[in-house]
Amino acid sequence: MARKATATKAKTQPNVPQFTQEQELEAFREMLLIRRFEEKAGQMYGMGLIGGFCHLYIGQEAVVTGITMASEKGKDAQITGYRDHGHMLVMGLDPKGVMAELTGRQGGLSKGKGGSMHMFSNEHRFYGGNGIVGAQASLGTGLAFASKYTGDGSVSITYFGDGAANQGQVYESFNMAKLWNLPVVYIIENNKYAMGTSTERSSATTDFSMRGASFNIPGEQVDGMDVRMVYDAAQRAIEHARSGKGPYILEMLTYRYRGHSMSDPAKYRSKDEVTKYRQERDPIEQVRARLLEGGSITEEELKKIETDIRAVVTEAADFATNDPEPDASELWTDITIKA
Amino acid sequence: MPQILMPALSPTMEEGKLAKWVVKVGDQVKSGDVLAEIETDKATMEVESVDEGTVSEILVEEGTEGVKVNTPIAVVLAEGESASEAAAPVAETAPEPAEAPVAAAEKAAETAPAAAAVPAAPKFEPQADPDLPEGVEMVEMTVRQALNEAMAEELRRDKDVFIMGEEVAEYQGAYKITQGLLQEFGKERVIDTPITEHGFAGLAVGAAFAGLKPVVEFMTWNFAMQAIDQIINSAAKQLYMSGGQVKAPMVFRGPNGAAARVGAQHSQDYSAWYSHVPGLTVIAPYSAADAKGLLKAAIRSPNPVVFLENEILYGSTGLVPQVEDFVLPIGKARIARKGADVTVVSFSMGMRYATQATEKLVAAGVDVELIDLRTLRPLDSDTVIESVKKTGRLVTVEEGWPQGGIGAELSARVMEEAFDYLDAPVMRVTGKDVPMPYAANLEKLALPNVDEVIAAVNAVTYRS
Repeated sequence: MARKATATKAKTQPNVPQFTQEQELEAFREMLLIRRFEEKAGQMYGMGLIGGFCHLYIGQEAVVTGITMASEKGKDAQITGYRDHGHMLVMGLDPKGVMAELTGRQGGLSKGKGGSMHMFSNEHRFYGGNGIVGAQASLGTGLAFASKYTGDGSVSITYFGDGAANQGQVYESFNMAKLWNLPVVYIIENNKYAMGTSTERSSATTDFSMRGASFNIPGEQVDGMDVRMVYDAAQRAIEHARSGKGPYILEMLTYRYRGHSMSDPAKYRSKDEVTKYRQERDPIEQVRARLLEGGSITEEELKKIETDIRAVVTEAADFATNDPEPDASELWTDITIKA
Repeated sequence: MPQILMPALSPTMEEGKLAKWVVKVGDQVKSGDVLAEIETDKATMEVESVDEGTVSEILVEEGTEGVKVNTPIAVVLAEGESASEAAAPVAETAPEPAEAPVAAAEKAAETAPAAAAVPAAPKFEPQADPDLPEGVEMVEMTVRQALNEAMAEELRRDKDVFIMGEEVAEYQGAYKITQGLLQEFGKERVIDTPITEHGFAGLAVGAAFAGLKPVVEFMTWNFAMQAIDQIINSAAKQLYMSGGQVKAPMVFRGPNGAAARVGAQHSQDYSAWYSHVPGLTVIAPYSAADAKGLLKAAIRSPNPVVFLENEILYGSTGLVPQVEDFVLPIGKARIARKGADVTVVSFSMGMRYATQATEKLVAAGVDVELIDLRTLRPLDSDTVIESVKKTGRLVTVEEGWPQGGIGAELSARVMEEAFDYLDAPVMRVTGKDVPMPYAANLEKLALPNVDEVIAAVNAVTYRS
């Protein structure tokens, strides 16, 4: 249940918000697409088709899904760190382009020149895909600055993790964001571990929703495993930012099932902890159970959705496997723009 | 795909031990279920199922060491698939992914000797300075006024241009470069920031991603060390990483290099640092006219520009042409004096030493050709190479450290492109290879000076 840990006046939140069946199905589809896409990416990494670092979003699907459902697609900007595949899929970018970027092919969103951590789309207002921990906090504040400067009414949705939350520039950005009342919602995806270091071992205070308190930025802690709670809090936060009241912080209590990246065996946490999340809190299973419980949708209908999504992911994987690598001449392009 | 392959779990893993099977033949598995544990010399990791089905065969026993990546280790049959149906596609399709990386590697090996397969870097061709109308009025002004005029004109011209930095508005600029801008353009476009370089540099890069054209003033480039991550990792590389989609049209500017007696942490020349980075444009003007014409060009540039000013030069004066819109081409060196005996190349504050040395050398009968680079990236090699082909001798002058400096780069380029024309080794006059000392006498020794330039010219012309 959401709790308003706010520097301004505390307000009691309503009980768990209810989704219509349409919303439940939308959330189910989006989250399942991320899950299946990431599982496939993990498999392709294992086959040597994806190189370098590959950070999977498995377990955290409800966060980006609920927030994007509450945002205005194509208008509101989003920016995140390197765990970015799910953001692009939910924002409507072509899974083929995302997967082909992971395999470094010419049809990738960055022509194969960015890789897993660096994908962008002006059209969908997705600004990456940033590899330096915490840099996106300032960059996202800049997207909000541009919104206020031009008066285009957009909100900047800026994601970073519990690890990045200890970077200095985050607080430099909080200060400016509140000083100038910029329309930015900071989403702190607290998955409990900054790589292998738990929040308890890295942070003097682990209630990240309070990190804006000294700047008078309201914050809430949200159950990031329940897409309805995410959506509900995001609506509130985005409305706050859009109406000119300035920044808002949502701390999403979430969990990643896999290691930090593909090459992290994740031995810093117990197997029981992971199993408990998967069995009791899984964001997709929660929606599936509610849909079936309602009785208006059958197991077969859900199976059909799963089959369709699997086909989309398979198509993306095939494309990303067979698409050619970028032409050698691309080595020298996109460095500067001819004036 | 019913076959489960031995996965690579790190960028470098080639084989591993199949430590343990968590499932057995006949087990039902679904996506995310752990199938087996794998050990490498670095770690133990789990293999998860991606597909749903029944484990029908285990191909590699647990405890097997040295299992190569991409070897089939088990067969999982999806609902409705039978073992015999699976067998055929297994044999046909499975080796493909297994062989793909190998095939690619072989192909790479075949083509490896042909190093020429790397396409040549496109050649940079600078544009000439615009012709000035005959009888144009030349007005004497300080570099400070020239920079101020450039910003004011561009703020008037384009509403997407704004300036932000510490003390740029109310205080009128720590060095008064932004004097009067707040009064004319208001606090929405001339913005005082907290002392928060990393944050506001990042904020400005984000605003540029979204289409604005920020001019970021650093009180000095020394403080931009806090922000260098955003300048290089976010601004310079964005276009490339996004496959040409996301631009960062912006200017980072402020005083660079030594001032006077401000010690090691406030007296540093970043010319070579930033000129090292593809994606950036780096400008370091000397004269008032160049300061104005190039800052206007920088603000209009679609690329991130590092604009290096010099505190000592702020008060120096020069003639600036009074034309409607005085914009100079980025990347074009200026021949400050034509000569035939020796080429002296410098930029920014180094031009002061080089100019004074040239006056004395010319008086002593040495016909010096003096070149002001003005832009450090892209570097106008052509002008320097053409000059060296004529004079056969090159002396470079800069305030920065020698190792990996602008002089080192010019020296390398001359070796590559005009080696046969050289009549003497290239000589560099640079700041000494030490942090800047505070003591007046030591500071003087640490900086380059006119006598050192003269000595270097004498050496390469064999006059000493």
